[in-house]
Amino acid sequence: MEKAIEIENLSFSYPDGQQALRDVSLTVDIGESVAIVGPNGAGKSTLLLHLNGILRGNGAVRVLGLSVEEKHLREIRSRVGLVFQSPEDQLFSPTIFDDVAFGPINMGCSEEEVRRRVKWAMKKAGMSGHEGRSPHHLSVGEKKRVAIATVLAMGPEILAIDEPTGNLDPRGRWELIELLHNLPMTKLIASHDLEAVRALCQRTVILDRGQVVADGLTRRILSDVSLLASHGLAPPILEGGRNENSLRKI
Amino acid sequence: MKHGFIDKYSDLDSFVHRLDPRTKILATLAFIFAVMVTPPLPCHTFALYLALIVALALLAKLPILYVLKRSSVVLPFVLMMAAFLPFYKEGEVAGSYNVWLWQLSVTYGGLVVLWNALAKSWLSALSMVLLSSTTRFPDLLKGLERLGVPKVMVMILSFMYRYIFVLADEAMRLQRAKDSRGVATLRPYGGGWAWQAKTIGNMVGTLFVRTYERSERACGAMVARGFDGHIHTLSDLRFGRADLCFGVAFLLSLALIALSQH
Repeated sequence: MEKAIEIENLSFSYPDGQQALRDVSLTVDIGESVAIVGPNGAGKSTLLLHLNGILRGNGAVRVLGLSVEEKHLREIRSRVGLVFQSPEDQLFSPTIFDDVAFGPINMGCSEEEVRRRVKWAMKKAGMSGHEGRSPHHLSVGEKKRVAIATVLAMGPEILAIDEPTGNLDPRGRWELIELLHNLPMTKLIASHDLEAVRALCQRTVILDRGQVVADGLTRRILSDVSLLASHGLAPPILEGGRNENSLRKI
Repeated sequence: MKHGFIDKYSDLDSFVHRLDPRTKILATLAFIFAVMVTPPLPCHTFALYLALIVALALLAKLPILYVLKRSSVVLPFVLMMAAFLPFYKEGEVAGSYNVWLWQLSVTYGGLVVLWNALAKSWLSALSMVLLSSTTRFPDLLKGLERLGVPKVMVMILSFMYRYIFVLADEAMRLQRAKDSRGVATLRPYGGGWAWQAKTIGNMVGTLFVRTYERSERACGAMVARGFDGHIHTLSDLRFGRADLCFGVAFLLSLALIALSQH
């Protein structure tokens, strides 16, 4: 079967010489939800930026059977939705409508199709009716939702999301987790919010200093306290009823 | 952090707000042009121009005081540049003063030049305030784009609108971080001029680096959504009958004011 993402022996160094990825290999099946966890500076964001060719390192990256190279970039970028960590970077247009429409317009959709996609994506992200506002006037939670809408409008088959729950208050955080939970596509979520990871992903990959140090079932990895601690992570708190079912309670 | 936007009051709903931004941009330009070619005397023509602007502001439900206050921002700049004109212009002397060794004389011709500069710049600023308070900035950008302003310029303005307040927030946070470390209060008068200048220099540098990095990330976000260097936008601008009526009425009033000079 075709894989969603195949990465083989990927290494990448930034121009200042700092090595961000070392020999990373990772395969993700279609429909899977995979968490990339790791301490700050582990290379999570760098890895995501390789999925649609914003960064290109040494090694092979294949997305939905297409190798990430110049001639496939256009197609890959419409099939992989990349949501950046900071919505201030993701949302660069004067109005939300313009921002959500940006992707579909670049894909060459007709005007009618663009409007239909914007409407659909805003509804999916729970932000209908805010199209005319300026991104600056939104709350952090709303900005995150709109950031997701901007890639949903492109109809991606893979979502790669960087720190979706960062900077959010608990309610905003759980609302966002629920939103992501309801999206059916293949998901790659970089985060160190392990509670969110447990609610969203069956599989977890630990990245530390640019290397994959663990890859397995979320349940197993999150219960391995010494493994987590040795990579600067802490297991989610279990008491207080916040467990796998908590998502459904909200 | 909430900021007073560049286009404050542009969210109101009125006849003027609903006009197509292109109509308003062209009307503003026509107005400024008309004001520019008007001879400085007689004064009453300028009163008529002012009346036209005030009438439109009232029609747009704008607080008049706000419009006047906002537009008066230009006056100090004009004064600074034009204040000396009355002393240079030759002609009939209106008044003469002895200042220590020099004799300064003000001429009528010079005063007219000063009046000319003040009245025209203020009226132009008024019309710009009227435009920006009745048109949402994004619509203004769309209007400019459809009127043939190069897309790169429009894009730069649009990024400015999007990020100027993000930057203002960032600058404010830097300022707070500096103040909360107490240095300003520990040293008398904030630590001396040279030291202050150095700190501010560092802050500006930090701000520049952060902005630069942000621009790289925003560019990444654009590329990730298929940006190929060409800017495409949708436009829902449409000229309506209101635009035609407004345009004709506005040009007629300008023509009437021009005729009233004779």
